[in-house]
Amino acid sequence: MNLNRAHSFQLDWVVVLIYLALVLFGYFNILSASTDGAFSSYFDLSEPYGKQSVFIGLSFISIVLILSIDAKFYERFASIIYLLSLAALAGLFVFGKKVNGALSWYEIGGATLQPSEFVKFTTALAVAKYMSDLQTNIKDSMDQFRAALIVAVPAVLILLQNDAGSTLVFAGLIFVFYREGIPQKYILFGASLLIITIATLKFSALTVISIVASFIVIYQLFFKRKKKKITLSVLILILCSGLSFGTEWSFNNVLQKHQKDRIEVWLRLEKDPEKLEIMKRNISYNLNQSEQAIRSGGLTGKGFKEGTRTKGKFVPEQHTDYIFSTVAEEWGFLGSSIVVVLFVLMISRILFLAERHKSQFSRAYGYGVASIVFVHFLINIGMVMGLIPTIGIPLPFFSYGGSGLLAFTILVFIFLKLDSNRLNVW
Amino acid sequence: MRKFLLLGFVVFTGIIFVGRLFYLQVYQDESNSLENDNAIRKIYQHPKRGYIYDRNGKLLVANQPTYDVVVIPRVVEALDTLMFCSLLDIDKAQFLKSFNRAKRYSPRLPSIFLAHLSKEDYAFLSEKLRKFKGFYVQKRAVRDYQTEIGANVLGYIAEVTPDNISKDGYYKLGDLIGKQGVEKSYEKELRGEKGVKYIQKDIYNRDIGSYKNGQFDTLPIPGKNITITIDATLQEYGEQLMQNKMGGIVAIEPSSGELLTLVSAPSYNPALLVGRERSKNYTKLYTDSIYRPLFDKALIRMHVPGSPFKTLVALAALQENVITTRETIYCAEKYIYGKNRRVMKCHCGGGYRNLFSGISNSCNSYFATAFGKTIDKYNDASMGMDIWSNHIKSFGLGNFLGNDLPVGKKGNIPDGAYYDAWYPDFKWGPTTILSNSIGQGEILVTPIQLANMTAAIANKGFYYTPHIIKSIDGETIDKNFTTKKETSIDSTHFEPIIEGMHQVYTKGTASFLKVPGIEICGKTGTAENFTEIDGVKTQLTDHSIFVAFAPKEDPKIAIAVLVENGYYGARWAGRIASLMIEKYLKGEVSLKYMERLVLNKNLEDEYLKPYSGKPFKINQ
Repeated sequence: MNLNRAHSFQLDWVVVLIYLALVLFGYFNILSASTDGAFSSYFDLSEPYGKQSVFIGLSFISIVLILSIDAKFYERFASIIYLLSLAALAGLFVFGKKVNGALSWYEIGGATLQPSEFVKFTTALAVAKYMSDLQTNIKDSMDQFRAALIVAVPAVLILLQNDAGSTLVFAGLIFVFYREGIPQKYILFGASLLIITIATLKFSALTVISIVASFIVIYQLFFKRKKKKITLSVLILILCSGLSFGTEWSFNNVLQKHQKDRIEVWLRLEKDPEKLEIMKRNISYNLNQSEQAIRSGGLTGKGFKEGTRTKGKFVPEQHTDYIFSTVAEEWGFLGSSIVVVLFVLMISRILFLAERHKSQFSRAYGYGVASIVFVHFLINIGMVMGLIPTIGIPLPFFSYGGSGLLAFTILVFIFLKLDSNRLNVW
Repeated sequence: MRKFLLLGFVVFTGIIFVGRLFYLQVYQDESNSLENDNAIRKIYQHPKRGYIYDRNGKLLVANQPTYDVVVIPRVVEALDTLMFCSLLDIDKAQFLKSFNRAKRYSPRLPSIFLAHLSKEDYAFLSEKLRKFKGFYVQKRAVRDYQTEIGANVLGYIAEVTPDNISKDGYYKLGDLIGKQGVEKSYEKELRGEKGVKYIQKDIYNRDIGSYKNGQFDTLPIPGKNITITIDATLQEYGEQLMQNKMGGIVAIEPSSGELLTLVSAPSYNPALLVGRERSKNYTKLYTDSIYRPLFDKALIRMHVPGSPFKTLVALAALQENVITTRETIYCAEKYIYGKNRRVMKCHCGGGYRNLFSGISNSCNSYFATAFGKTIDKYNDASMGMDIWSNHIKSFGLGNFLGNDLPVGKKGNIPDGAYYDAWYPDFKWGPTTILSNSIGQGEILVTPIQLANMTAAIANKGFYYTPHIIKSIDGETIDKNFTTKKETSIDSTHFEPIIEGMHQVYTKGTASFLKVPGIEICGKTGTAENFTEIDGVKTQLTDHSIFVAFAPKEDPKIAIAVLVENGYYGARWAGRIASLMIEKYLKGEVSLKYMERLVLNKNLEDEYLKPYSGKPFKINQ
């Protein structure tokens, strides 16, 4: 092996190029979605696209910084970075500013900063650090609990600040744990939890329980020779019933009106065409407008700055959460599927790079990066196309927003730094 | 395995997303519809509708501005309703009705609050209305009739129905479209093309500039002026003669097929269907179930033709070579036929009849014989009937004429198959269907078909499809209207028929209708007709029918007149035909006594008889 080469600086250009493509394409879509005819300058700070130019500049500076810091720094200081970010998150309760009902912003001399965006990568770092710690045994339930706690603390803090969308992102880190060896049963448990909850909402608790019960009965009668584990079966049934009725109860009593409405729209619970027509105009207004914008794009789209629905500002929040509808309207099926493909390629590439690593820290962090980007990609584009209930989270690299762009840049480039250092012996 | 879970999810999600995008953007593609894009406001500019002139260049239909009070409900502020209502001369109930209707249509978009104000009202109101926010006056063009005649020919325009819109995407809610007459048949030429401006709008329905710098915008193209073949003077005279009578007059120029007159009686003033009283007037016309003024009797009133049809029976017989001009028959004022020795009465006066006196005195026996010989020429009655039927149909009977008027009827000329179906178990022959020979029975025609048949006789064997269009902005008209249509009868056979028809005037049934200085050929007709009263078939007074053309040499006009329940042919239809011919050829009428007689005749009593609920007498 050529040691010189091993010590040299090896950036993964595939990820870098995809990153640049997404950021620039995103920028032009923000430009399109936020101009209303009058366009002055790319750096007009009174307009979102002008600010985004600055954010992109800042992101590039941060890239240089990240790449120039020694790779070992991130592993060594992961815990401290994590704790600092938690402190920043907690500080919101005192110094935070409320925007749209969520207490997520610091305001510093006109600029705003959203710590929850940054907590995503600090948590990924902390999880990777904990996983790669020699004293951690992920098969041990106490250690499992500690690992869960690392994720749960920021998640709960963010939930308390009324930003449910961002909280969901942390659930994605289960992929890291899974890769690093938590037992299968957790994944199975999580999956059944999800299925039972959704099925209960779509149908009803009674239906779901009857189906589960009949499965158990069939299992007991035909597949079990020794009917020893009847108690376990009964326990499962009781747990399912608890979950099912619990879901139904919380849907009716805990969830807020707008959350309930979104779920109703998503699962198509309303059948009355007249009420549906009314819902189209209020509850599912955003979704309806965004779907119309997407449809109107057709195969090749209407062209840059030519989207009539984008220009007329028919889709609310189009330069932030609904940016993908601009892509779809102005660049059509071709443009929007290229974006989807780019995301898939980027995440796959990161996973591929992570698997190459000998260092468990790098691998776990790589998985963290991939999971976080994936959850955003899944929820955001899924929501814009009506496949997933409305949950307000940004599309990485695309959506307008300084904190988001900066945080995602840092998230990805710390991994690339770790990756470039892969062959160094630690 | 653990390596692939997340990767699997990522790839799976990617496939689902591309699939969903494909479904939304390629399968449900809505991209190529600028028209349907509700982010684009389409502002239409309506072109000027084309004018309509008569054959002599007299302007019949022009345009006039009308003024509507328009409201945008959202902009309206609390107002002094009492003052507002007195200003517009409406009551409060009407105010609320119109306002709520506008609000239901759209609170943001303008809709018509009160239509058709006069120019004077407009001047007065535009000043006062400024105080009332959300109301303003808008100008619109409607038809301006320069004449009181020809309502059935000119037709009318009205707002499009949802049906019109779904059939032709050109029309939008509130547009006007030709509904009857030439307004309908030449709608595309008259209307022109709307101009459209595409305006990009935003979510609040505000204009934010023109779409793509107006590269798709168009200017309105004005409608074309059309000249119709109607002679307004003759049309007016015809309508006067038909007043207080029901029926139709159709006059054709035989050498071109141009319709000189198309009277449907009773008619109405076309101006009734314009302006503020439009819907009230329309309802009144529409619901008149006795006279049915909106129903163009000249085009769609089917009736048995009666004796004028005998001319065709004779022509078919001549063509089939079964009669000659020298042959005579003896008429005992009745014709006895069939095994059961059934009797057909004849009113010709009796005696020896040849072709000429057969026509001039309308001898039933002569034509029954001629008809029987024609059918009997062939061994099979059905085949004979087919041959006969084809001769008759070659005169444009029994089918649509294919003219440029929006309504019409086929009429009926039976053929062999028709009676084969009627008598499936019975060997029928000419005697079974003998009433066809005198234009009764199963024969049905419309006045325009009768006029066309007369024109074909006048031309000695051909006709041009009758049409109403003379020119469109100076351009030539449809070739179909300038192509000769040949009948199946050789032109030599027409001479004796025309001579017979001339004798109708010189010594026959219309001898008292002579017009000094004009050689007219004509044929009277008296058509039995029936109606159903409380389920009982009841005979009504005969229809008075007359066909004629003049002059005998080089005919200039062929005419058919139907006066419903006018009794015998020469009585009213014949008089009207003579007067019309004189008016057209001489420009004025010398038969003043006859004119007065016709003008003063009122047949209302006759039309009310079936509705009186009492027994009544006919043919008085």
